[in-house]
Amino acid sequence: MSVKAMTAAQVARKVIDNEPLFILDVRNGDAFADWKIEGGNIQYLNIPYFDLLDGVEEVIDQLPKDRDILVVCAKEGSSIMVADMLADEGVETAYLSGGMKAWSEHLEPVKVGDLKDGGELYQFVRIGKGCLSYMAISGGEAAVIDATRMTDVFLNFAQEKGAAIKHVFDSHLHADHISGGRQIAQATGATYYLPPADAEEVVFDYTPLEGGFDAAFGNSKVEALYSPGHTIGSTSFIVDDQYLMTGDILFIDSIGRPDLAGLAEDWVGDLRESLYSRYQALANELVVLPAHFMIMDELNEDGSVAKKLGDLFKENHGLNIEDEQEFRDMVTKNLPPQPNAYQDIRKTNMGKITPEDEMQREMEIGPNRCAVR
Amino acid sequence: MNADKVLDAKGLACPMPIVKTRKEMKDMDSGQVLEIQATDKGASADLTAWAKSGGHELLEEQVDGDVLKFWIKKG
Repeated sequence: MSVKAMTAAQVARKVIDNEPLFILDVRNGDAFADWKIEGGNIQYLNIPYFDLLDGVEEVIDQLPKDRDILVVCAKEGSSIMVADMLADEGVETAYLSGGMKAWSEHLEPVKVGDLKDGGELYQFVRIGKGCLSYMAISGGEAAVIDATRMTDVFLNFAQEKGAAIKHVFDSHLHADHISGGRQIAQATGATYYLPPADAEEVVFDYTPLEGGFDAAFGNSKVEALYSPGHTIGSTSFIVDDQYLMTGDILFIDSIGRPDLAGLAEDWVGDLRESLYSRYQALANELVVLPAHFMIMDELNEDGSVAKKLGDLFKENHGLNIEDEQEFRDMVTKNLPPQPNAYQDIRKTNMGKITPEDEMQREMEIGPNRCAVR
Repeated sequence: MNADKVLDAKGLACPMPIVKTRKEMKDMDSGQVLEIQATDKGASADLTAWAKSGGHELLEEQVDGDVLKFWIKKG
């Protein structure tokens, strides 16, 4: 019996379409507990591959017969071995091509809406890690926001759409993933923008991104709105008075955490001000597009992560804490663990260190942890 | 650290470092120490978990350039 490979893109489609899948995850228990492929219709079994070296008989009884089975490991080697062993016993499974590394890097482009005069807005859902990037296209020109380090995806997408990338923005100095913004700007001749308050230690040239600034592309424009709190420089974007990119300040089901640069106590006031004053002054009709999602429930049916600002004012717990002390406590105490290698990721985004590709991949492994709920 | 035996698993990708370690350990006596040299970064978490689940003791772990070294005492 042959063993088939399933790509991260195919798994992402299954997750978005809520199709049934059984995952036999053969990484060790700690790795599985920390981070796994998630979806509403996925069932799991975690048995480390090294417990199966004597045979897979014990597993076979635990595998369902009525849904596809996917064997998953960190890089793919062990999952191929286990899938082969199962095939020898007459059980048909697939393995995840490239393992959790590939899952961590897959970007699924989802169209979130139209811009005026024929423009389009796309969200790139990094489903395995919860990062969200954006490309707004209008009249043959594009603006990219919060790009990940898989820069080819953005460059190829713009090319397919016949658009020249003009502006590349980072909403803040990211701590959970390595930005591809600078590389995209270098490859295309676009302008790279970063909030100066987050850029004190960066060692490359950038264009300061200040609140009130706007940049045109085609028939559309991106406006910058200073909204500190996750970092001191955190800036939001408003595209065509329709879409609000909130960076790591406001998510669909949670709000940003202020501690990843070590200054939770200092920035909690800014975070409250951004959420409870600056955003309150905006139109309820704006579609909120954050830089991350934390749980799969935040995905809409089409795989996008987006919700009207007015709805978030009603439903998002973090926007509805009237007592300031209670708010302070929530965002400074009992915070979740910090993202993997976040200090080295910040240094990489400052240009202070330039790890090789394999190291960058390792640094980003694991879930993003930019939010508090 | 002294070892009764050294396993060279350099250049091998997962799952081979564990497969080979397991095979070597089978031929050793309880209390003996196996030194494993690997370059696969995943070997660290996997050997730790494997040793624990098999009742062995990971005595020490060292990084020597690109090479990860482990000393495991058979349980």
